[in-house]
Amino acid sequence: MWSYLARRAIQAIFTLLIITVLCFILTRLSADPMAQYATSQRMSAEDREALRERLGLNDPLPVQYLKWLGLALQGELGNSFFSKQPVSLMISQRLPNTLILMVTAEIITVSLALVLGILSAVKQYSTVDNIITALSFIGFSMPIFFIALGLMLIFSVQFKEWGLPYLPTGADIWDKKDPVELLKHLILPVSALVIILTAGYARYIRTSMLEVLGLDYVRTARAKGLTSRAVLFKHALRNAALPLVTIIGLDIPFLIGGALVTEQVYAWPGMGRLFWEYAQRGDFPVVLGILLIISTAVVIFTIITDVVYTFVDPRIRLG
Amino acid sequence: MASQTATATDVPVLERETTSVPLTPRELIWRRFRKHRMALLGMIGFVLLMVFIVIGSILVSEEKANVVDPVGRLSPPSEAHWMGTDSTGRDLFARIIHGGQISLLVGIMAVILSVTAGTVIGGVAAYYGGWVDAVLMRFTEAMLSIPSLFLLIVLGKFFGKDVQTIEMFGRTFSGSVAIVILVIGLTSWMVLARIVRANVLSLKEMDYISASKALGANNTQIFFRHLIPNTMGAIIVASTLGLAGAILSEAYVSFLGLGVQPPTASWGNMLTQAQQFIQRGSWWMWVFPSLFIVFTILCINLIGDGLRDAFDPRSSRHL
Repeated sequence: MWSYLARRAIQAIFTLLIITVLCFILTRLSADPMAQYATSQRMSAEDREALRERLGLNDPLPVQYLKWLGLALQGELGNSFFSKQPVSLMISQRLPNTLILMVTAEIITVSLALVLGILSAVKQYSTVDNIITALSFIGFSMPIFFIALGLMLIFSVQFKEWGLPYLPTGADIWDKKDPVELLKHLILPVSALVIILTAGYARYIRTSMLEVLGLDYVRTARAKGLTSRAVLFKHALRNAALPLVTIIGLDIPFLIGGALVTEQVYAWPGMGRLFWEYAQRGDFPVVLGILLIISTAVVIFTIITDVVYTFVDPRIRLG
Repeated sequence: MASQTATATDVPVLERETTSVPLTPRELIWRRFRKHRMALLGMIGFVLLMVFIVIGSILVSEEKANVVDPVGRLSPPSEAHWMGTDSTGRDLFARIIHGGQISLLVGIMAVILSVTAGTVIGGVAAYYGGWVDAVLMRFTEAMLSIPSLFLLIVLGKFFGKDVQTIEMFGRTFSGSVAIVILVIGLTSWMVLARIVRANVLSLKEMDYISASKALGANNTQIFFRHLIPNTMGAIIVASTLGLAGAILSEAYVSFLGLGVQPPTASWGNMLTQAQQFIQRGSWWMWVFPSLFIVFTILCINLIGDGLRDAFDPRSSRHL
């Protein structure tokens, strides 16, 4: 166990190093961070050059990378070129918003997918199963902006036109501390996310449930005369849920990144939108900071998920 | 193997007696694919879509797709404009046809790129093992740890600095098309690389590989003659599903305004405008491109699902 963890940790460090090099090169070279000053009247060419020098933008690239890495290891992600704020502060302001949106969506998705997945596994090849399967296939094939824009068109734009109570599009200014307002603004983005995410989860649960239901111990449980409810929830579901642990565990770190497109459509002030706004401006410290945080979380959670899996399923041994 | 006994009885007695030649693996795969009704449906849908796009682009010229008409802008579907017009008065029906060409072109080219990269990287890693394997797999892991949309944006920014126009197939493309292909191809090879690696790892321990080594085959011969053809099933399935993924990715990046640049139409960038004008209730700008995207992806996913079952009859037949 411990030697396994040590090996994984060393691998993870290498992976993270590759991630930082990759992201640094891509973000640092994709745009000139000084571009916003290039046409500035108040700044002369000498001033610009002096600023470049002071910010270390004239150093050779490997030196810039090592400087950035050194600071990042101390938890210092630098300042945004555009807003001048520390990147860690900007992220800590956006992270709660993203988590509200994503965690709500994830909880609803998993509960809904469990219900739908179990239902369609138990009633395999019935009308209910066929409908659920067809819908999840369609949901699986849909870009999220299709649903996001559609919901907005119906429940915000058309409902307003028809004089019905309507939901906000997100383009308005609202008090983020007011729980009622928050709930109103959450409904549409959460629904869009749930519709798209449930499709994949439900299909997955159906498959793993069907596999378990065909096993001998389930037949034994039935033969003992247990109620179908007991067989389903006490025997089958416990084992069918095991692979779900992996899927959810691997999805959790990606929640931090938020839902870029959904946040964009509904003007939700989360991480995804922060990333998108600053990526467009070529503000590399912000973009790099966000990438570093998400990918570190992904790498760590992959290891945690593997370890947790050995606890929920003692048959698996790490080696 | 219930499905195979079923197929045997389906064959008329006379034919079974006359065709004593055993079926080749390819015939077996085709036979299993044919039995997959949803996959056939997907196939028919996809062929219809191709016919629509090909015949459409013969009847409706590309100039028509790019004609700007400020007077008739934002008009709903009518006899003159079957799918309405966009914010600059361009005909959406014509843009759907020519945008479809671009979306499919981007998808297919990106898949070719990613399948090549994935096969080579996965194959080389498994075949050579040792530090080559370690480095390539850490790199694969690093790429997988960055959320794919974030990676698409960063790479799009990286390559999108200077965009030129390209002449191909008698059409002038915005250079952004080539960049989108490159970016999608470079961000989608990782899963296939892992599949190919796993396959080759188990294959290379087999006796027939030792036999061909003993017969004096060199690495290249073993690699391309024996290892790659035996992972072809996995590669074909992954590239079909990858095509769906690539078309979706194109839609996402173009929707965000980073992908294919107007006036060249793509289903994704048609939706960028839809987002801006949805508050005015112009539903046709949203509904038509979206439906084409969903239909295309759905058909390809169904084909991919059928292919997976056809190539690997052991995989569960629960659709």
